[in-house]
Amino acid sequence: MNRKWTETVIEAAIRLSGFLLIAFVFLIFLFLLKDSLSLFRVYPFFDFIAGTKWLPISEPPSFGIVPLVMGSFMVTAGAIAICVPIGVAAALYIAEIAPGFLKTILKSLIEVLASIPSVVLGFIGIVWLGPFVKNLFHLRTGMCGLTGVFLLAFMALPTIITISEDALASVPRMYKEAAYGLGATKWQALWRIVLPAASSGIMAAIMLGIGRVIGETMVVMMVTGNAPVIPTSLLQPLRTLTATIAGEMGEAVSGSDHYYALFAVGLVLFIITFILNFTAERFLRRTRR
Amino acid sequence: MNGAKLREKIAFTVLGFVTLLVILPILLILYYVISRGWGAMSWEFLTQNPRNGMKEGGIFPALVGTILLVIGTMAFSLPLGILSAIYLVEYARDNLFTRMIKLSVVNLSGIPSIVYGLFGFTVFVVFLHFGASILAGSLTLAIMSLPVIITSTKEALEAVPMSYREISLSLGATRWQTIRYCVLPYAIPGILTGTVLSLSRAAGETAPILFTVAAFYLPHLPRSVFDQVMALPYHLYVISTQVPNVPEKFSFGTGLVLIALVCLMNVVSIVLRAHFRKKKQW
Amino acid sequence: MKKRTLYLLCFLATFYFFDGCKRSADRRYIQIKGSDTMVNAAQLLSEKFMQQYQDIFVAITGGGSGVGIASLINETCDIATASREMKPKEIEMARKRGGNPVEIVVAYDGIAVIVNLKNPVEQLTMKDLNRIFTGQAGNWKEFGGPDLPIVLLSREVSSGTHIYFKEEVIREGKRDSTAEFSPDALLLTSSQTIVEEVANNQAAIGYFGMGYISDRAKTLKVGSDGVHFYAPDIKNVLSKQYPLSRPLYFYTNGDPVGIVKQFVDFTLSPEGQRQFAETGFVPREALSE
Repeated sequence: MNRKWTETVIEAAIRLSGFLLIAFVFLIFLFLLKDSLSLFRVYPFFDFIAGTKWLPISEPPSFGIVPLVMGSFMVTAGAIAICVPIGVAAALYIAEIAPGFLKTILKSLIEVLASIPSVVLGFIGIVWLGPFVKNLFHLRTGMCGLTGVFLLAFMALPTIITISEDALASVPRMYKEAAYGLGATKWQALWRIVLPAASSGIMAAIMLGIGRVIGETMVVMMVTGNAPVIPTSLLQPLRTLTATIAGEMGEAVSGSDHYYALFAVGLVLFIITFILNFTAERFLRRTRR
Repeated sequence: MNGAKLREKIAFTVLGFVTLLVILPILLILYYVISRGWGAMSWEFLTQNPRNGMKEGGIFPALVGTILLVIGTMAFSLPLGILSAIYLVEYARDNLFTRMIKLSVVNLSGIPSIVYGLFGFTVFVVFLHFGASILAGSLTLAIMSLPVIITSTKEALEAVPMSYREISLSLGATRWQTIRYCVLPYAIPGILTGTVLSLSRAAGETAPILFTVAAFYLPHLPRSVFDQVMALPYHLYVISTQVPNVPEKFSFGTGLVLIALVCLMNVVSIVLRAHFRKKKQW
Repeated sequence: MKKRTLYLLCFLATFYFFDGCKRSADRRYIQIKGSDTMVNAAQLLSEKFMQQYQDIFVAITGGGSGVGIASLINETCDIATASREMKPKEIEMARKRGGNPVEIVVAYDGIAVIVNLKNPVEQLTMKDLNRIFTGQAGNWKEFGGPDLPIVLLSREVSSGTHIYFKEEVIREGKRDSTAEFSPDALLLTSSQTIVEEVANNQAAIGYFGMGYISDRAKTLKVGSDGVHFYAPDIKNVLSKQYPLSRPLYFYTNGDPVGIVKQFVDFTLSPEGQRQFAETGFVPREALSE
């Protein structure tokens, strides 16, 4: 009888942990929403979402997140433009071309990259990449969007490579063999058959890569200069959503509008990444079918 | 056909070069950090408190703090992650509840680390009155690392052939007995791999611990889970951006120890996986 | 079953830590939180303090004046360090929770203005600073420097240093002014990053607390009348001739008692004040050598 009892308890625990997962997401959402609503009670929602000035400590303050959203958007677009072609190419090489031993080494190195803490990369951005970018483009300062773009592209590579590689590997061998049978070279089979067949997996990789980049905090805070202007070029300093939270949370007066505004920024980030991940999941599910 | 062969050659070379473009910076960064940080490495650096305005001494409290945070994170995320994965693989039927769990995992994996920091701050630090503490920090990191643990555990469980379960059930074992004795033992290496990997990420994170646990200077070890600790990533952040005139080798040395710690955990995970692959014989 | 041993160890470790959480009434533990400006001074203070009183532990956390004051209100720290005065709203919140914040001026801080070592400019008036940082003057030529567009470096909007500079320089101390920093100004997350950037950038100008003055950047003399210029040093700040200086505060909940009082007394003692001088701040009174 004792055994039966144990079994009931364990099964209850298993179900409970499933339930907890859902609870976490709801809690995160609710807590962000609760504090954001405290802001919207005193500050119009429209001015928040469409305002072009982020001056949180002025009198009266303005909490327009357009400069921040644009900042996040620009670095993300830049990073994705760089890392998607590179990432997919590297994935093709690793999945289809590299010989076995090289493949293991390359995959391990990519994993090392995935685990380099972002604060280390930010540090390297300050001491080395920033000055380098400044001299390369003759800029007024190396603390600009572009420095962030390079680092973020680099950081998103493991996500894109790993997931694309999985997608490429899951294309049935038959496809390739049929192409060879028709006299195609290996490259033709890869380019015309395997790559298109893996396209929805690669789309998912891109989505998750975007999510990774847009959510990155320490690197952008350390290297992009954080000026809250609507950026017109990547060679300018810019400020992202994430850096705003991390940089201002410490000094915001607890319970002030500014404090709540930062939670509203958090909510915006939550919603953006939710949509990205949801879409990525859709693409991934399509690959599996 | 010759043109096609040539094109293939060019394409493969280009792909090879691009891959090199990915790999080179990784090696460069490692070299850069190691070469500049090596000078700081010494037994004292690892075992002493920071001294004289953090410009001398070592990083001992930060190192211990990070290790404690990893242990704390594991204590919360490992049971929860494994149990949820077991639910998803072994118990779940295709209903709304299951779909919601799956969606939650997907969503949790995408939430930016700074949002976890905000959440941890309002819920654990302020709402539940834990204060900035190991408890608050570990819980925040634990929730953050759940998705990786769940995903890898799920994969490990799914890789165990259905026939194992069928045989066990047909012999009269209950569902939990089947899982406990016929599924889990074969899945454990895979689970460990994922866990170690996610913990190594947690060890390197800065944003979630900014407001939930990290102390600037705290030269003694914590006595309870309600104490703050120093942490390596945060320590690197402050000495490279806030403390004036820290010798360069100290910042690089701290970075090196952090990378070494994280890589060590990764190597463990890679070895486990290799071991796992060799043993897998179904 | 090595696995089981591992689990057991983990749980034991956890319990060990939980066990310690019965905070004893006679705790020998001081929590200090707050200003990033003061964090280095506070760190050195506590280091010296702990050498004298070996049975007392002091923990220092940065994050910002806002963090410190918020945790004083929430009673999660014993001393909040702040580079600005508590806002009326914060005092009100503290009172509502039954607290009674007590303000102690522990030292003074001069705000230093720095440029690159290669920049020939030696001194600026307050009016010059105002025109530079509001964006009205955009080139170093105007001030006898090279023909380069000026790169403005500022601290994060919510830092005490930023707020002080905005009130005194941008708004020239006028309460009704609504002037803002030039939107092109880079907002860097820390004073140390400003040093790094100024050291590497010929066109940059930045400001921060005196504690960060280093020989890698040139500290300018500042004057209000256009005739006399003063360097930010202990003598000029104490005599109030240097126009940019502010007090630094400790806040405690009620008059300090017990070990907190010991720490405050130590801070105000010559030995404690010397630590402020050591970290580049200005003691309350001239120190006798």
